[in-house]
Amino acid sequence: MIESILFWIFAVLAVAGGIAVFVVDSMARATYALAVSFVAVGGIIVMLHLDYIGVITILMMIMEMAIMAVFMVMFMGMNPALMPMDMTHSTRRSAVLATLTFLVLAVAIIVIPWPDRTGSAAADLTRSLGEAIMGSKMLVMLTISPVLFATIVASLVLANPRGRYDRYGADLDRRDPDGRAHPEDPIGGGIGR
Amino acid sequence: MSDPVLAAVLLVPIAVVTLAGVTASANGALDARTRGAPLRSGFTAPLHEAARLLRQQRRTLPGADSLLWRIAGAGIGMVAVLKVVVIPFGDTVFADLPVGLVWFNAMDVLLWALWWLLGWGANSGWSLVGGYRFLAQALSYEIPLMFALTAPAIGAGSLRMLDIQAAQVDLWFVVWMPLAALVFAVSVVAFSSWGPFQTALGTDVGGGVVAELSGIDRLLVLGGRYAVLVAGAAFSVPLFLGGGAGPVLPAGVWVVLKTCAVLAGLITLRRLFPTLRPERVAEIAWVVVVPLVLVQLAVVAVIVGMHGGAL
Repeated sequence: MIESILFWIFAVLAVAGGIAVFVVDSMARATYALAVSFVAVGGIIVMLHLDYIGVITILMMIMEMAIMAVFMVMFMGMNPALMPMDMTHSTRRSAVLATLTFLVLAVAIIVIPWPDRTGSAAADLTRSLGEAIMGSKMLVMLTISPVLFATIVASLVLANPRGRYDRYGADLDRRDPDGRAHPEDPIGGGIGR
Repeated sequence: MSDPVLAAVLLVPIAVVTLAGVTASANGALDARTRGAPLRSGFTAPLHEAARLLRQQRRTLPGADSLLWRIAGAGIGMVAVLKVVVIPFGDTVFADLPVGLVWFNAMDVLLWALWWLLGWGANSGWSLVGGYRFLAQALSYEIPLMFALTAPAIGAGSLRMLDIQAAQVDLWFVVWMPLAALVFAVSVVAFSSWGPFQTALGTDVGGGVVAELSGIDRLLVLGGRYAVLVAGAAFSVPLFLGGGAGPVLPAGVWVVLKTCAVLAGLITLRRLFPTLRPERVAEIAWVVVVPLVLVQLAVVAVIVGMHGGAL
């Protein structure tokens, strides 16, 4: 009983949050409506007894939305992010695509003859998840994560119009005729560099 | 409603608010001593301020995003309560999550959103600067904090708070993972936006995120800040300080006593260090602290591997 009530609360929150993203006219509200939607999905995952994945989903999604708030001001030129604005574009095409996707998925759910469950859940799901990721897939993880991280850093460096590399050149060695860095940073970092 | 649920709903918020009040009073007393004013006036200062704010009319600005603003203001104190519900008091824990440690982490990330929304909602330039200052600071403290949280999890081989507490029966984690404990304590101050990490509320930006807050909204945020500090200090007890372990007194009392001791340390910390600007913290955190915490994790992992469990 309580479980069904909780499920429906989370499910309605997830869908309503998703809809709100496109209805509201403020970047901040859209961002955090999306966060609410994801948090509700995280709640549903916890209800499936996948505690770790559920809580981590909540953690990552809130963090991601907060970071998005940094980026939206950093990269939006004259900052329409701070003004009321329409959150949609290409509405007709998006609506057609969304309806089609929904129909395909809904039909698939009903039509596919889903097999019965044969195995049983491990006693400690977090542990078995960890072993699955860190055991046989360790090499993949070790390869992918540095590449992903390097991609994030590189795209930031390339996209930031007022970054260090833009000001000091590719080798960070642009100097004035008097030998000092150009332009001179008014504030050094915390360890005096 | 079953008993633990009832206790969690009633007891935890009252306890958190009480301890937050005590912390604010102690802090006020130290401030009074610094100014040369009588200690008693400092002790009662938070009470007077609370009474004043409760009578004050709340004001708002044209174009303020009141919904997000109010959610953020009320949310900070709630995050503190949500953090405390997974803390074990001896064998009793209000919400015995198998991933209690990750829950704490998720709640402290929620503070990112709340502090920023608080800055955003007011529709004031100074507030927004404050909100972004907090996020800039968060980018520095969060990664070291996550690694610091990993150390007790490795030591106990579990993310459940009861297991982490039980693994410290022989030796408290703070003894053999001191660096992780230190980083955790500093991060608590940072996510409470307090002490040396208070630039989000800095006087140089007219109060930052609290610049436009008044009345009950201001009370909730300023009180919530102390509540989060209390929750962080309380969480360090099962993580590093052996939980409810201690002679004579019951476990629950020991948890509160140890929490108060940590809080005393944090209040002292505030007086030892100047305010740190976020852009300075960034370099310190990423160039110095992250490698150090990683070394700490390696040491912990090797000890656990050699010893076959916690020391």
